[in-house]
Amino acid sequence: MAAPSTPALDARPEGRASAFWQRLRSGDDIAYVITMTCAFTVLAVTALLVFELYLNSALPRQKFGWSFLATSVWDPVAGEFGALPFIYGTVVTSAVALILAVPLGVGAAIFLAELAPARISNALTFLIELLAAVPSVIYGLLGIFILVPGLISLEPAIRAVLGWTPLFSGPFYGVSMLSASVVLVVMIIPFIISISREVILAVPNEQREGALALGATRWESTWDVVLPFAKKGIMGSIFLALARSLGETMAVTMVIGNDPKIHGSLFAPGYSIAAVIANEFAEATDALHQGALIELALVLFGLTIVINGVARVLVLSTNTKGST
Amino acid sequence: MLSFRRKAMNAVMLSLTGVCTLVAVGVLLFILGYLFIHGGISLTWDFFTQLPKPVGEPGGGMANALLGSAKLLMIAMLIGVPIGFLGGVYLAEFGGSSFSFVVRYTTDLLNGVPSIVIGIFAYTLLVLPQKHFSTLSGGLALGVMMIPIAIRSSEDFLRAVPLSLREGSMALGASKARSILTVVIPAAKSGLITGIMLNLARVAGETAPLLFTSFSNRFWSPGWEQPTAALPVMIYTYAISPYADWHQQAWSAGFVLLMLVLAINITARAILSKGGHVAR
Repeated sequence: MAAPSTPALDARPEGRASAFWQRLRSGDDIAYVITMTCAFTVLAVTALLVFELYLNSALPRQKFGWSFLATSVWDPVAGEFGALPFIYGTVVTSAVALILAVPLGVGAAIFLAELAPARISNALTFLIELLAAVPSVIYGLLGIFILVPGLISLEPAIRAVLGWTPLFSGPFYGVSMLSASVVLVVMIIPFIISISREVILAVPNEQREGALALGATRWESTWDVVLPFAKKGIMGSIFLALARSLGETMAVTMVIGNDPKIHGSLFAPGYSIAAVIANEFAEATDALHQGALIELALVLFGLTIVINGVARVLVLSTNTKGST
Repeated sequence: MLSFRRKAMNAVMLSLTGVCTLVAVGVLLFILGYLFIHGGISLTWDFFTQLPKPVGEPGGGMANALLGSAKLLMIAMLIGVPIGFLGGVYLAEFGGSSFSFVVRYTTDLLNGVPSIVIGIFAYTLLVLPQKHFSTLSGGLALGVMMIPIAIRSSEDFLRAVPLSLREGSMALGASKARSILTVVIPAAKSGLITGIMLNLARVAGETAPLLFTSFSNRFWSPGWEQPTAALPVMIYTYAISPYADWHQQAWSAGFVLLMLVLAINITARAILSKGGHVAR
């Protein structure tokens, strides 16, 4: 392509063409174009993803409109599709998981960041981060064979303490929204712990010293000074965990019971958006059924995008504040 | 003088945080320990060399699923690593504009998209037009999942290379591209490798996006155009089956998958801590 064996010194940068070759030879522009194309690919892939989901869910969108989100009949044989039971199951299991995981996770993060000696803290954090790497199908496996039988044997105790609430009434067969929530707790705790710990560690030491110098106890300095300082970042970690649990598929599918009805009790089986896609998509032969599942994916996508967006803003805003 | 109440509150709450840590770590360790024992015991050599046997026949293994997973991961790496790595180079070395901000933000969003949605994306791109499940489509789904993490991790590790190295190289007359290629990337090498390994470990365990892309297969899957078995999908199908024999196999498969993922994770972190963020 280039002129044969012209030494660099002899190249006369006259005219636009040779100047162009000169710049190409140094490689900067090539590198710029190639790397920028790759960066642009991310935008293209994301746009294509939204486009494909939107395009392929056209059929149910036309047929059901917004009522898709508000009706609760799911009958592939009759061609009736309503997303409400799945949205309900997804939101309820994630909410219950958060209620259980947040105090536990933030408590552990406080311990690791404020109390534990650095070596122990680092070792435990390493362990916890490894647990975040465990594939979800393995949590599902453990859910089916350990958690579900475990909950069945715990059932009388749960009933004795909480049985008066409608949340823990009705028959219990093991697979249930409660089991799904507990599996989710185990899966999201590592995220809450490791992000919250980092945010708490980023709180400037002057804040703690100031509180202690004013006579606060260790706990008071943590609760009244450090935590308010780290609040936004901790909220961010909670939102990230929420986004993860909303989209979690395998572990939930394996223990939630897969029943497309809305039940008030956590002891009852339920269904989540991701679970119904996992169970039915490969076998959905007619276009409307498949379209309805793709529309569910679109709903799930929208849900996680919003939650993730909020989380990023929260985490970013503390990181910049904590460093100054 | 501290009141008794405040002292007690301090002691109680601080111990509670310790209890939280114990519970979190303890529960997690218990279940993983259970998996090690339960899965490890039943693991046989046949698992790695035999095809699955039909229901009712004892024995058999998941050799086809192991090979299937390896093929899927290979495609995923071919798609995810170059795009992610070069995109990361852009963000770290040429970025700074509002375009980079948009790319970064979109990367984070893409990273948060549930894996099952990515599976549907790959389905609409490849399975739907071709009208059949294939290894290729499964690999595509995993590859798309790798891109965002690859971008962010390579950007982070390239950024950790001190500016003085770049300046030194350019002061010696190297062009920017040449400095990146011969100075910055080698300096960030151990970090970049760690990033790729952790990324690989993450998608190695992904099940949801494979359910309707690479589907499943009880036999070998030659080439790239046929459905293939993969280890995580096998664990899922075997675990929800009603056969005790298959449950045992699922435990073995879970054990193998977990060992694989943890081994990659630990090795990657060891490389990182040995090489440090910046090699000499």
